[in-house]
Amino acid sequence: MKLLISVKRVVDYNVKVRVKADGTGVETNGVKMSMNPFDEIAVEEAVRLKEKGVASEVVAVSMGPPACSETLRTALAMGADRGILVETEVALQPLAVAKLLRALAEREQPGMIILGKQAIDDDMNATGQMLAALLGWPQATFASKLAIEGERAMVTREVDGGLETLELRLPAIVTTDLRLNEPRYASLPNIMKARKKPIETIAPAALGVDPAPRLEIVKVAEPPKRQGGRKVASVAELVEKLTQEAKVI
Amino acid sequence: MTVLVLLDHDNHAIKQPARSAVAAAAKLGEVHGLIVGHDAAEAAAAAARLPGLAKVLHADGEAYAHALAEPLADLLVSLAPGYTHLLAAATAMGKNVMPRVAALLDVQPISDICGVEDGETFIRPIYAGNALATVRSHDGKKVITVRAASFDPVALEGGNAPVESIPPRDASALSRFVSTELSKSERPELTAARVIISGGRGMQSGENFHLLDRIADQLNAAVGASRAAVDAGFVPNDYQVGQTGKIVAPDLYVAVGISGAIQHLAGMKDSKVIVAINKDEEAPIFQLADYGLVADLFKALPELADELEKPR
Repeated sequence: MKLLISVKRVVDYNVKVRVKADGTGVETNGVKMSMNPFDEIAVEEAVRLKEKGVASEVVAVSMGPPACSETLRTALAMGADRGILVETEVALQPLAVAKLLRALAEREQPGMIILGKQAIDDDMNATGQMLAALLGWPQATFASKLAIEGERAMVTREVDGGLETLELRLPAIVTTDLRLNEPRYASLPNIMKARKKPIETIAPAALGVDPAPRLEIVKVAEPPKRQGGRKVASVAELVEKLTQEAKVI
Repeated sequence: MTVLVLLDHDNHAIKQPARSAVAAAAKLGEVHGLIVGHDAAEAAAAAARLPGLAKVLHADGEAYAHALAEPLADLLVSLAPGYTHLLAAATAMGKNVMPRVAALLDVQPISDICGVEDGETFIRPIYAGNALATVRSHDGKKVITVRAASFDPVALEGGNAPVESIPPRDASALSRFVSTELSKSERPELTAARVIISGGRGMQSGENFHLLDRIADQLNAAVGASRAAVDAGFVPNDYQVGQTGKIVAPDLYVAVGISGAIQHLAGMKDSKVIVAINKDEEAPIFQLADYGLVADLFKALPELADELEKPR
């Protein structure tokens, strides 16, 4: 079974983002970029399935400017077999990404597509579900456990109030939550080996998809600042403040 | 404009995030509620009592028993022609179903809105709430999930909407519910609690969470945790408050032994009053807290419980 995974290049999760003064977005110039952490979990899960002999090939896809090939190299260094870069300068939104992935899925015929549950930049949490809809495949979002049993996948999902297990008919879409696995660090020899693995570059038009955004970004602003920082000296003072001043208990 | 809101329920009552989604929908136009489930007539009756609904649609069938995305999305798409906006709370259910609906309608969904400007313009957090984006949708229909903490829920009672039964549609055989492991608790749910007390890595073990339990009982509070505490295995994942866990905005949030990682702050910074108890006075959580207490939590928590016992 072939696995397709998607990896997004995003501002590194340790970076404190700054809103641009002109309100058009968030500063990304000169900022450290990394693979979206939920996508790392997707890569790790796919590579483990290959190591177990469940999967035969892991194909990683990234979309965006040429620098996304670095993100693909990271996936290849973690153990993916080859990469596909859908190259575009358009700021892609989930609907366009889902359509591009559908086109690739129709070409590659994977048995499963694993995606991060959301990207930590736009926080949309949508692409996996949308791709499942477009392909007419079942979906299991927010996965914390995944097992393949023949033509079925058993997926445990993180839901409000606990966990839920679903059985999906393959091919299927799985999106990853934090506790699915702990992604490995690529070793130096594997990073070297990844340089020789193939990356195919393709344009959205070649996949028959119009990548134009549907949501117009009117403006991006800082959230309101919270006034905090007051200290109390004792538990008794804390309770007094909460009852007398804040009146919340 | 007519708005359809997919309502989270437990077959009996309407969940609080769904009532917040109704409040958001009311800013857009006439609101219809949708109850999908199996043997959920009681929930449909509860929905009819929510103020602000002009009508409740109720689809009942075995295929809907576990809110699987495939049959729910199929149903919503079949109802979509009558509506300009389709909404749900950004709960596990809403987040799972609504993007699937949007793709089937060829629409870019608008996730996790925290503000409504007009019928096509919405505010939503990006970068874990470190920035707010105002976005305008040029799609014919808007498919939206609502950040419940940003909208005061409508009341439980006061409405009297007619309930209209709609037939279930053919079930898809794409996925099958196997089992569920829900955490049992006598306490309010995190997303509905007026008071939340959360523990972090500073709690040192799962057993030590009983120190929070006693105070939670006194304040009728929900107990939460930081991602660090969940990852350390102290408590189950559904305790997690934060960008990737639950987004909450109670009247009072007490953070105990939590340093204040960005991802945790993103999940609770809209709380009305924040208290931090931490022995590290440099912890970032103190910059956000209305009342900070620099103290060893193993001393402060029993003391707090004793103080709360006193008649006030």
